[in-house]
Amino acid sequence: MSGTRPAGPLETALRVLFAVVLGVFFINLFAAMATVVVNSFAQTWFGGWWPSGFTTRWYGYADSQFAMVDVLRFTIVVTLAVAVLACLMGVPAAYVLARAQFRGKRVLLALYLLPMLMPPLTYGIPLASQLYRTQLAATLPGVILINLVPALPFVILVMTPFIEQLDPNVERAARTLGASPLQVFRRVLFPLLVPGILTAALLVVVRTMGMFELTFLVSGADTQTLVVALYTALFGAGIRPAQAVDALAVVYMLTTLTMLVVALRFVSPTQMVFRVRE
Amino acid sequence: MSPRQGLVLSLPAVLFLALAFVYPFGYGLFLSVTPRTGGPLANYAAFFGDEFQRASIGNTFALALPAALLCVLLAVPLAYRMRHGLRGERVLTALLVVPVTLGPVFIADAMLFYFGPVGWFNRTLESLHLIDAPVRLLHTYGAVLLAIMLTAFPFAFLLMLGYVSGIDPALERAAHMLGAGRWQTFRRVLLPLMAPGIATAFALTFVLAFGVFPSAVLLGEPGGSTRVLSIAAFQAAYERFDFSAGSAIALVMGALQLALIGLVFALRARLYAGPARGGKG
Repeated sequence: MSGTRPAGPLETALRVLFAVVLGVFFINLFAAMATVVVNSFAQTWFGGWWPSGFTTRWYGYADSQFAMVDVLRFTIVVTLAVAVLACLMGVPAAYVLARAQFRGKRVLLALYLLPMLMPPLTYGIPLASQLYRTQLAATLPGVILINLVPALPFVILVMTPFIEQLDPNVERAARTLGASPLQVFRRVLFPLLVPGILTAALLVVVRTMGMFELTFLVSGADTQTLVVALYTALFGAGIRPAQAVDALAVVYMLTTLTMLVVALRFVSPTQMVFRVRE
Repeated sequence: MSPRQGLVLSLPAVLFLALAFVYPFGYGLFLSVTPRTGGPLANYAAFFGDEFQRASIGNTFALALPAALLCVLLAVPLAYRMRHGLRGERVLTALLVVPVTLGPVFIADAMLFYFGPVGWFNRTLESLHLIDAPVRLLHTYGAVLLAIMLTAFPFAFLLMLGYVSGIDPALERAAHMLGAGRWQTFRRVLLPLMAPGIATAFALTFVLAFGVFPSAVLLGEPGGSTRVLSIAAFQAAYERFDFSAGSAIALVMGALQLALIGLVFALRARLYAGPARGGKG
């Protein structure tokens, strides 16, 4: 294919463009990320290529100022709860979409797709106002609930094509051989579904960790996720040393990247971005 | 599956979305037309009547349109270049997911020092004698555009890659065999097959950029050129505690976004209507 012809000017131009764009992109991205890590260990860094000295005290300071450990714990609880609940509701719904043909399927599909097409604020602001009214805002259930709104459709959209490619004859065979619907689920369907569920759950965890807007609308002082705490710290820049804010950023980065590395063991990077079925 | 079983299995998801999405959405509509003072359309009249408020529409499009266009324009040739795979593809794509995953708040934090007057970026340009004094990059329109691009470009690129790698290589070989040059093959065979992917990538990148909020506040001029719709909606709801006006602005935002997505997909339908399905996505 590409080897059968000598590289023309078009191919050479493309090669250069490819190297330049990605080179500039990655150099600046990783240099900017490195700045955060270096600064979080800096005694002072007022100019110059490098800080004047190194210390780890900003991590302790960030913990006392931003309740970092509590925030981290809260973040983990929220993301896990969102992932589990989204899968519990989303996988059965995806199963119906994948296996059944019925009138009104388009309506159902629209219901599942719309939350992903609308800007989060359109439903987030009125939902937050309802949560404030019912005293659910600034609580763990409130934060989980608002994060479930985009997470549930996401699980359905990831799981539907996954279930479609499972052979329905396997389930039929189990039924013919006398298995009850519950047995079919437990012994046949569930084991087949596990890889897909794991993928969907991990992707939800990664997405929920970074979900800023919705969490921000309902979080209170004790009910922040890392990304919201980071935004709040940045917004009040100047109140606390930049190194402490960067220490918080590093904790956020490490948590998120750990989940990402785990997720990438199960999915290809191209699957990480939302894949739309035609 | 019996209809009853289908209903039971779908019920939790449907009920939840009815309660936490459809109902708030309807409630938002209701809130927006029951303002604190004035007639049902007072919120909308106030928003569109006030030049400062109305400017947020233009500000949002001025960021989202160039960002989405630039991302897709860069992503298409790069994805084309990678269509047959590449050594280190897995590592490259994994690295591209990193900024998408870290998200705009972290990116804003990283940019704040790096692109600042004493940050490594200005420092490097100065020591290379490319500039005499630090360039003011932060708290400008450009900084927000850059921040959007840092997460939106890898997103668009990965999306395009998914489409391009799904195109059957045999089509390209056939075009070569029939005497088409590289440019002709790209223009007449691959580009039409990529068109649906390009439209989708553009629409989704636009959605990503259209909702810009943290970077517009932290890196831009939130009182001026980067006062986007989400800032206007948020300020109304959380700084003036007027959920009614906030809902109205958020709905304007939703309507504009849907209108643009609708336009993109309408154009897409006209752009390409052939039978050969290429994308696997």
